[in-house]
Amino acid sequence: MKVLFSLAVVAVFSALAYLGGSAAGLRTLFGVIVPYAAVAVFLAGVILRILAWARVPVPFRIPTTCGQQKSLPWIRHARLESPFTFWGVLGRMALEVLLFRSLFRNTKAELRQGPRLTYGEEKILWLAAIAFHYSFLVVFLRHLRFFMEPVPALVRLVEATDSFFQIGAPILYLTDVFLLAGLLVLLYRRLFDPQVRYISLAADYFPLFLLLGLALSGVLMRYFTRVDVVAVKEMAMGLVTFRPVVPETVSPLVFVHLFLLSTLIAYFPFSKLMHLGGVFLSPTRNLANNNRARRHVNPWNYPVKVHTYEEWEEEFKDKIKMAGLPLEKE
Amino acid sequence: MAEQHPRPEELTRIDYRPPARDWMDTKPQFRKGTYCYSALPKNLEYLGMPNPRVWQPHDEDWKLPEGWQQIILDGMKERLEKYRSFRLFMDICVRCGACADKCHFYVGSGDPKNMPVLRAELIRSVYRRYFTPAGRVFGRLAGARDLTVDVLKEWFYYFYQCTECRRCSVFCPYGIDTAEVTMIARELLNLVGCNINWVMEPVANCFRTGNHLGIQPHGFVDSLAMACDDIEEITGIRIDPPINRKGAEILFVAPSADYFASPHYYTLMGYLMLFKELDLDYTWSAYAGEGGNFGLFTSHEMIKRLNHKIYHEARRLGVKWILGGECGHMWRVIHQYMDTLNGPADFLEIPRSPITGTVFENARSTKMVHITEFTSDLIRNGKLNLDPRRNDHWNVTFHDSCNPARAMGLFEEPRYVIKATCRNFHEMPENTIREQTFCCGSGAGLGTDENFEMRMRGGFPRANAVRFVHDHFGVNMLACICAIDKANLSALMEYWVPEVQVGGIHEFVGNALVMKGEKERTVDLRLNPLKGKEGSDA
Repeated sequence: MKVLFSLAVVAVFSALAYLGGSAAGLRTLFGVIVPYAAVAVFLAGVILRILAWARVPVPFRIPTTCGQQKSLPWIRHARLESPFTFWGVLGRMALEVLLFRSLFRNTKAELRQGPRLTYGEEKILWLAAIAFHYSFLVVFLRHLRFFMEPVPALVRLVEATDSFFQIGAPILYLTDVFLLAGLLVLLYRRLFDPQVRYISLAADYFPLFLLLGLALSGVLMRYFTRVDVVAVKEMAMGLVTFRPVVPETVSPLVFVHLFLLSTLIAYFPFSKLMHLGGVFLSPTRNLANNNRARRHVNPWNYPVKVHTYEEWEEEFKDKIKMAGLPLEKE
Repeated sequence: MAEQHPRPEELTRIDYRPPARDWMDTKPQFRKGTYCYSALPKNLEYLGMPNPRVWQPHDEDWKLPEGWQQIILDGMKERLEKYRSFRLFMDICVRCGACADKCHFYVGSGDPKNMPVLRAELIRSVYRRYFTPAGRVFGRLAGARDLTVDVLKEWFYYFYQCTECRRCSVFCPYGIDTAEVTMIARELLNLVGCNINWVMEPVANCFRTGNHLGIQPHGFVDSLAMACDDIEEITGIRIDPPINRKGAEILFVAPSADYFASPHYYTLMGYLMLFKELDLDYTWSAYAGEGGNFGLFTSHEMIKRLNHKIYHEARRLGVKWILGGECGHMWRVIHQYMDTLNGPADFLEIPRSPITGTVFENARSTKMVHITEFTSDLIRNGKLNLDPRRNDHWNVTFHDSCNPARAMGLFEEPRYVIKATCRNFHEMPENTIREQTFCCGSGAGLGTDENFEMRMRGGFPRANAVRFVHDHFGVNMLACICAIDKANLSALMEYWVPEVQVGGIHEFVGNALVMKGEKERTVDLRLNPLKGKEGSDA
């Protein structure tokens, strides 16, 4: 149900965009208005969401420590797994954001005969996540060729590297393969790993199908059909220079690609995809484990009802005396 | 009693296949052995907490207060605006499932709602329904659901089936910490009076008397005196421990279990012997006689209410700094909450060991030092005369207690002390120690008898790792630095690995410490004959 619904929405959206791209009267809507609106929603949504998080205070310093604390000088302290300084935190965050450090720890617990619990290496999820995210980044960079004139040297370099293992013509980009492979592994887990399937919501399948649709429409245009690339670039340049044009020779497939992308980015701020921004703010990762050395201030710390020594002495006066302990009030 | 419990071979027949029905359509079964009993009204009344009444989780009617949904939703709103952690953890989970098999309760029960991701979804689904546009509009399709009595019961069941151990947060790519979610969820449950007695009674006792069991000042003095009698019998040395003494240099605070439970008691003897041998200028306090803080399992406000005593007493007694004993969640509170809640402790001095001169720079603000930091520094500087052969009858492994491990990073100090005092030491497998350590299964206030089956299930991963080192290396002693561990690991070992005993690190210190003027020792602190001294008359 969740799966089919998500798939159906992406299919209907693709069909709508194809029709829109085929009907002369709707090409401006799908080629100009929707993309502008989507970018606006994306930017405003992401900024507002991050501001909403940032406005909420961090009352306590609660890093999850994954290594030795800094204590006595002769004990080797884990600078990245249990950072004491700002630079240590920066290093930990860099590992987390760039290399998915925590996900790399992943293991798989299995109950065997005995009974014996074992914990095997489990790097597939990490690998698929890395493959997907980095390929997406490279594909995004490669797309800058459509939006910039002249094409920057960096983009050319990325292209050249990405097509290093050229197999036939047209040039095969490795990241296209990795991106699809990564997405398919992630989808496979959701569908066929019983635990992951059990926890999955429509909100988990939908972005996966959107991304798959986006990637497949791109692959289709690049490798299997002929698309007027010059016209696409003209249209892309028009969008970024705020002089939008929709040349007649732009294929309806381009509209599918663009509409799925528009849907993705417009959906982004309201979805779990915001983990992109959230990971930077996570208090168990981005705070130093220096709690006892530097006081953390809670802006809303308020007075509470306590039980003072005086009240305690008052209640147990006789027993304190009997036990031979000193009293404040004698 | 014992024959009512399921046998180990029954407990390890675990079915990890999730049910066919969607998790939103399944309800928890309050089956005997898998949940804790409700808090007695007198405890809530004493603390001034809402909705004190007689009820039990297995009752149909929970006697919830009028307008309870609104109370919870208002409470959620308030906390979403106060805790970035809570807000963020409601928003950014991608349900990748990396946390699923990291939870000891999931591994031991196979119940999918014990997967940390699903535990959090129990509350996230309500968050979506009432606090996000998508949830308001699309409802269940967006993973949202109404807050009903059944949902509340489910919260109670599963948030009192989480020990706040933080193991899942080590593996989460965004650092989502279920302990944080559970703490907030329990705060919400507390707003409508859904709490458990095994947490609330210690809280009420501690607030009134200064310790979990409600021991009054004379009882406190007697407990320490009894330990001193035993020490005298074993070593020939008489100790007269200072209590509530003004002007001492150091205030020592230990978990109260150390002076009323076993095997904690041997750790207590170890502290007393060590301080005596050092001639340390210190004092105990019968008022601030509890390092443990079950407020952590209740609410942030209750943490502060209980923790307040420590600085308050340090100020009254005029000490320079504070030393803390072997306790797990106590150290989460001291390391991550105390200074923020009840500080600044600017009336104290930066801790400096009077024996070695070492300044504990890492505690320069909070002014409180962990006993294994203190003792490892003594050993490193050669200040203790240790005879580790006196622990030769122990083949030791070390259980990293959850909070010192994952909320403090205290890994090497306890190991250093063990290795200096014991000659036989073997680590458990690497996926079960240090930051990946497994909970004893009974933390966060769940260590009660009626919850026995769930505790044994939750503790199974830990016990299984102990079984491994017992079978391979002949380990017969499970060392730890947590009072809850000492109680619960003992039950856990009796159930899963009966060949293994449980003890604290300062018990080994007490055994190995060659004290000035002591008589020749023939028994250890438990009155076991020392190796090579068997048969000699103790």
